[in-house]
Amino acid sequence: MDKADNNKINFSIWKNFYELIKSQKNQFLLLFIIMIVVGFIDAIYPLFSKYAIDNFISKNTLEGLDKFVLIFFLIFIFQAFNAFIFILLAGKIETNMSYNIRKRGFEKLQILPLSYYDQKAVGWLMARLTSDINRISETISWGIVDFAWGITMMLAIVIAMVRLNFKLALITLSVVPPLAIASFYFQRKILKSQRQVRKINSQITASFNEDIQGAMTTKTLTREELNLKEFSSLTENMKKASIRTTIISSLYIPIVIVLGSIGTSLTLHFGGVKLAAQSISYGTLVAFISYSAQFFEPIRQLAIILTEVQSAQASAERVFSLVNEVPDIVDREDVVEKYGNLLNPKKESWPEMKGKVEFRNVSFAYKDGERVLENFNLKVNPGETIALVGETGSGKSTIVNLLCRFYEPTEGEILIDGINYKDLPQNWIHENLGYVLQTPHLFSGTIKDNIRYGNLDATDEDIIEACKLVNCHDLIMNMEKGYDTLVAQGGDLLSTGEKQLISFARALVRKPKLFVLDEATSSVDTETEKIIQSAIEKVLEGRTSFIIAHRLSTIRNADRILVIKDGKIVEEGKHKDLLMKKGYYYRLYTNQFAVEKAKEILSN
Amino acid sequence: MKELKTILKFMEGKKIMYLFSMVFVILSQLATIVAPLIITITLDSIIGDKLVQSDLVKKIIDALGGRLFLRDNIWIVGIIIVLVAILRGSFLFLKGFLSSKSAENTIKSIRDALYDHIQKLPYEYHVRAETGDLIQRCTSDIETIKRFLAVQFVEVAGSIFIILFVAITMLKLSTKFALVSMATLPIIFTFAFIFFSRVKKVFKEVDEADGSLSTVLQENLTGIRVVKAFARQKFEIEKFDEKNKDFRDKTYNLMKLLAIYWGFSDFICFTQIGLVLIFGSIWAVKGDISLGTFVAFVSYVNMLVWPTRQLGRTLTDMGKAVISTRRINEIFNEPIEVLEENHQKPKIKGNISFENVYFGYKKDRPVLKNITFSIKAGETVAIIGPTGSGKSSLIHLLARLYDYDRGSIKIDGIELKDIDRLWIRKNVGIVLQEPYLFAKTIKDNIRLFNPKIEDKKVYESANIANIHKDILSLEKGYDTLVGERGVSLSGGQKQRMAIARTIIIKSPIVVFDDSLSAVDTETDISIRKALKERRNKSTTIIISHRISTVAEADKIIVLEKGEITQMGTHEELIKEEGLYKRIYEIQNTIDDFNDDLALDA
Repeated sequence: MDKADNNKINFSIWKNFYELIKSQKNQFLLLFIIMIVVGFIDAIYPLFSKYAIDNFISKNTLEGLDKFVLIFFLIFIFQAFNAFIFILLAGKIETNMSYNIRKRGFEKLQILPLSYYDQKAVGWLMARLTSDINRISETISWGIVDFAWGITMMLAIVIAMVRLNFKLALITLSVVPPLAIASFYFQRKILKSQRQVRKINSQITASFNEDIQGAMTTKTLTREELNLKEFSSLTENMKKASIRTTIISSLYIPIVIVLGSIGTSLTLHFGGVKLAAQSISYGTLVAFISYSAQFFEPIRQLAIILTEVQSAQASAERVFSLVNEVPDIVDREDVVEKYGNLLNPKKESWPEMKGKVEFRNVSFAYKDGERVLENFNLKVNPGETIALVGETGSGKSTIVNLLCRFYEPTEGEILIDGINYKDLPQNWIHENLGYVLQTPHLFSGTIKDNIRYGNLDATDEDIIEACKLVNCHDLIMNMEKGYDTLVAQGGDLLSTGEKQLISFARALVRKPKLFVLDEATSSVDTETEKIIQSAIEKVLEGRTSFIIAHRLSTIRNADRILVIKDGKIVEEGKHKDLLMKKGYYYRLYTNQFAVEKAKEILSN
Repeated sequence: MKELKTILKFMEGKKIMYLFSMVFVILSQLATIVAPLIITITLDSIIGDKLVQSDLVKKIIDALGGRLFLRDNIWIVGIIIVLVAILRGSFLFLKGFLSSKSAENTIKSIRDALYDHIQKLPYEYHVRAETGDLIQRCTSDIETIKRFLAVQFVEVAGSIFIILFVAITMLKLSTKFALVSMATLPIIFTFAFIFFSRVKKVFKEVDEADGSLSTVLQENLTGIRVVKAFARQKFEIEKFDEKNKDFRDKTYNLMKLLAIYWGFSDFICFTQIGLVLIFGSIWAVKGDISLGTFVAFVSYVNMLVWPTRQLGRTLTDMGKAVISTRRINEIFNEPIEVLEENHQKPKIKGNISFENVYFGYKKDRPVLKNITFSIKAGETVAIIGPTGSGKSSLIHLLARLYDYDRGSIKIDGIELKDIDRLWIRKNVGIVLQEPYLFAKTIKDNIRLFNPKIEDKKVYESANIANIHKDILSLEKGYDTLVGERGVSLSGGQKQRMAIARTIIIKSPIVVFDDSLSAVDTETDISIRKALKERRNKSTTIIISHRISTVAEADKIIVLEKGEITQMGTHEELIKEEGLYKRIYEIQNTIDDFNDDLALDA
């Protein structure tokens, strides 16, 4: 996957990139021009010494010194000012570029369907939107700085030298080709070696993580010695790789120094002869000697940019693969025209939902070809509560995912109030949906913020009403800051049961027509469990509800129970009827019953 | 600077290397200074006709064939310059190599020691430790120390040396010219130093903005289902945009400050160079200094200003190393468990006896009170009790994860506290309720205890734990890497992995700490059946909520609020009033309820 070793520069990626930065075109241009000026001034810098030597010292006069001083200071005040400007400009370009690409990436992530998230780990996506984007912007903005500066500097030096003395220029420049070759060769090696170091470094971090999180396992399995041995071999690799990296870069510098000194020596020798023959001035020779040493920096910079661009290309490929990803689920053009798009909905033209649901010959298969549902049919009346029961992998989650239009059927259609839901925008369902997840997910912010997430227009009274309905008002009021209590990242300050109740309130404040509940099996204490149970009952009242059910009481109270196995409804009906059948449902139920009862007694 | 003592301790045996790298950096700096001197002398006294002042230089020139000969053969000087460059390069290489070698060795020692220290910290420490903070210390703090050792310290030593040496050389050549050449150095240095001390706050702001951007992003991605179900895409985009903007603006603020820094310091540096050119010209014209001296000073001033500017920055960065060392020392100062004290390895058969054992995590708050029971080798004992009744604590005592406060625990008649922790843990196999799997292959996770265990035994244990088939159904089977993208094991599968990796040890005492809770009843039964068939007389302790699991034990202990309230066989306990009977009766309820159904029908 890592294409950083790819030597070629992939222009189609950078073209893609051009589209994104068009708005910053002028800034880029300005930066480029400033860097040319900076490079030029840096290149003529030795000429000041030359001028001083040839015009003052050699001629033994101070005539014109005042002008010299003035020009020197003007130019270098200008140069210092340039430094200020180019850093500012490059910084502006870099930060804006990061901002823009990140914005595009994030917007795309909001539009991409859940199936995309099934394939990508959160960590992977995070890395794309953080470090990859940072690397691209940094490489581009500062790459321009170094590139424009380096090229100008080299050209200007060559021109200055050629104008001073052509033959001597050729002699001094003779070391440039080997210098360039050495630079490119070593920079690539350094980059490769650094990448290796980074890789091992992340392994070390992972090991420390295991060391801490797996401490209990280590102790009970007495793995201490083995662990240390394994870790030690990792740090040994790290040591070797780091030293190798230093050796490579420590080799590069001497080579550059020696090559530079050869250039200086050649200049001194041939220049000395010319000076003796009086075919060049003293100042010229001094300037040449300065130039022979000055070549090294721009060449090194160019070599670094080229290798960095190559490595940023790998980042760019990954980022653009995300930005250019085509979502599986999109609203049709005519739907968008009529009802608006995801970010700018025309809600006034949306029909009101009543809550009648029908699955008509629905089949569904995952991208890898795994068929989950085949010819599935189901009719649900408004207000009906459907409990879906079955083992993990039976297809009950898929039914709910299809209903919510997180996925769309591969064949067949799903009708809501008699309309194929593809004829309406995706968010039509979502705006009418109350959804409670098995593991509650809350966002950073206060409890109030989290409940208002369900309905941005909800007043404080609405929120309190919702909380009272699900019996968590008193619980929240008992907290020190009440509704303004901060929910830490991931909701760590609240217990799972509390989080679950808040997510119920969040769903309820929406006043949804459809309700989907992926019921929690996680162990909450009996007290909270009872509260949650009564919350469920209140929430479901008068709404079309789909419940992936685990709790007996929920199952028992459902209007209809669907027992799902291998993507098919194997048993269907009311609780009692299903028990009488003494079939699959009966077995599931009695097992669950025994476990729950024992738990109940044991947690008193 | 007691912090640095820690580093010195870890540098044991590498100090000489480090010292040499400092010597080499100084030598390389000397070579750096010599090169312009050679050019100066060549220009002044070989091509020009100024008399050489230094006797040493005179001798060298004479040795090389005299001034006139050299003037016709400047290539000889050229070769000397190249030779000096080669020397300088070699010194630089040796400096880089030696400082890296000693720093990397030191860092390896610190990392290894830290890793070992952490894994040997008592269980109690790990329970309350903040993982994120600890990881931060183990990674970025160590990285800071490494940078200090490998780069900054040597660099600063080199910079200070060259600044001093150049200053002295210049003073020798011409005192007044030297003073002019160094006039702005204090300003450059002070400016850099103060600037970077002040700018820390802005750096921190950028870090924080970055952190909160990541938080929003992460919450959005992990909660994408909620975002979609609530149709909050627009809301999320706006929220993200705010953080994204904030991060952009904060970063740009930092850039602005840096731009001021570089612009201003460039200006002072150029001013310094300008001063040298102007005064040099005037004095050279007046004849106060030679042309060669002028040229040399132009080189020297460049050697002074840029390192001085860098020095201010590096020094402020070095302060971080002290803080990092302090943070690492805090970990090292936590006392660790002694795994082996008396080094005796008595053969353990598996007789366990508890006599009036008391234990509490905090003083005056006993979790276990007056626990007395005994288990004969090879027996199976089940412990049942409500959450928080002390079941797990009892197990922790047995493996010496904690030590009991009062009373006595004896294994085969030996007091537990006299048995080394390492040894008792090797003999007590505990299957944890929430097992942690390592980022290794499934096979290596099962033979975690000893990587040399042969494959056959791995498969055998996996079979007993009823996980073999699950593993084979994975694409890469036993070679699947745990935690690899797309491969996630369910809670039940993890528990069965934990069973496999414990029973593979064949320890005389095996403990199942509610380790079948996430496994369905049928799997539970088949695992227990397989265990029974192979059981080679291990003493077995089972903690469970399931009556069917508990019922078969030779002895059942009912634990409530830290005390044993009932003890006996299943048959005995169902006749007694108590918790056990209440739980047991539920099974009858289910039967009754079947009868009800039958009646209804």
